[in-house]
Amino acid sequence: MIISVASGKGGTGKTTVATNLACSLDTEVQILDCDVEEPNAHLFLDPEINSISTVNTAIPLIDETKCTYCRKCVEICRFNALTIVGETILTFSAMCHSCGGCMLVCPENAITESKREIGIIEHGQRGPLDFVHGRLRIGEAMSPPLIKQVRSFSNPAMTSIIDAPPGTSCPVIAAMKGVDFVLMVTEPTPFGLHDLRLAVEAVRTLGIPHGLVINRSDVGDDCVREYAAQQNLPILMEIPFKRSIAEAYSNGKLLVEVMPEWRDKFKMLFHKIENSLERGDDLS
Amino acid sequence: MKVAITSKGATLDSPVDPRFGRAPYVIIVDSDSQEFEALNNLENVNRLKGAGIHAATMISEKGAEVLMTGYCGPNAITTLNAANIKVVLEIGGTVKEAAELFREGNISYSDAANTEGHWV
Repeated sequence: MIISVASGKGGTGKTTVATNLACSLDTEVQILDCDVEEPNAHLFLDPEINSISTVNTAIPLIDETKCTYCRKCVEICRFNALTIVGETILTFSAMCHSCGGCMLVCPENAITESKREIGIIEHGQRGPLDFVHGRLRIGEAMSPPLIKQVRSFSNPAMTSIIDAPPGTSCPVIAAMKGVDFVLMVTEPTPFGLHDLRLAVEAVRTLGIPHGLVINRSDVGDDCVREYAAQQNLPILMEIPFKRSIAEAYSNGKLLVEVMPEWRDKFKMLFHKIENSLERGDDLS
Repeated sequence: MKVAITSKGATLDSPVDPRFGRAPYVIIVDSDSQEFEALNNLENVNRLKGAGIHAATMISEKGAEVLMTGYCGPNAITTLNAANIKVVLEIGGTVKEAAELFREGNISYSDAANTEGHWV
């Protein structure tokens, strides 16, 4: 089973939920930190990294001796990564989305595949927990190809927990598409609700079963609970706003280490997800 | 010589638009005959990315040898340099005033970007 922990708004507690859930289960678990622009699960898990790999994405390499400046590649590139001025063809590799269209349409076969490094993947262990995260190269703008590579480490024999990036754009979709369940972490504030609505819309468009965790559940107002009731969104867990929780977090400690009673609460959260998927609750 | 000037409108009295790639119009002034042509830049204004690259391509195809504008990003400058178009930055006032500056030779060329790219 693959569970993606997402939010919409940043800073709501995705990593807290993902890491503590991963460390509470009795089954074999792996955590895939897909927040590749700013991965932080390792700060709480302190895994031992045993392999590092480089991830590249395809970019066009043009043989100017074959190019006839017909512009077909320029015309097909919707990301504007190619242009021709006079008898010079320019490629802007940072804008390329690696679709391969330019290679397909070139009548002279002047375009071959080259590559650009977009980041690295670190794979390791924390005890029995399998740990994978991606680190986007500084200055790189395109994270989805790296997120997809992190997800390729997903092991069907294990429960995979994905720590997704915030927002509702391409990187988040890359971290949610095709998973079994999306756990949405929110906070009961107008800002939390605003971005939760967007996230719920995205998850529903993808047709993935989903449920809510309300973090800092005793601050703010009732707007998120009212929204959840209206939308028939199950609230699977609430985490209160407590100094002891904030202190554990700020020291890079897991909640379940400092307050072991939370282990059962996270187990319960997992069972609720399993049960609702078994019952086939229409949560999508 | 053809001089491209980014503009907020289609006439010589229009103010210069300081943005290169997403200016609504680019006016090509012939410095010898004083004739001009206003190019509608809507296609590039609406581009998700690469407005500067394609605005540079467009003025190159129109035969411009000089560009006068406010700001250029790195991809636009790369394209303009490849097209051998000289660039005059930090231009204000109206299109007509910019064309005057060029006629008087009261300008200096730049081959480096003076603003960051928006997407990369």
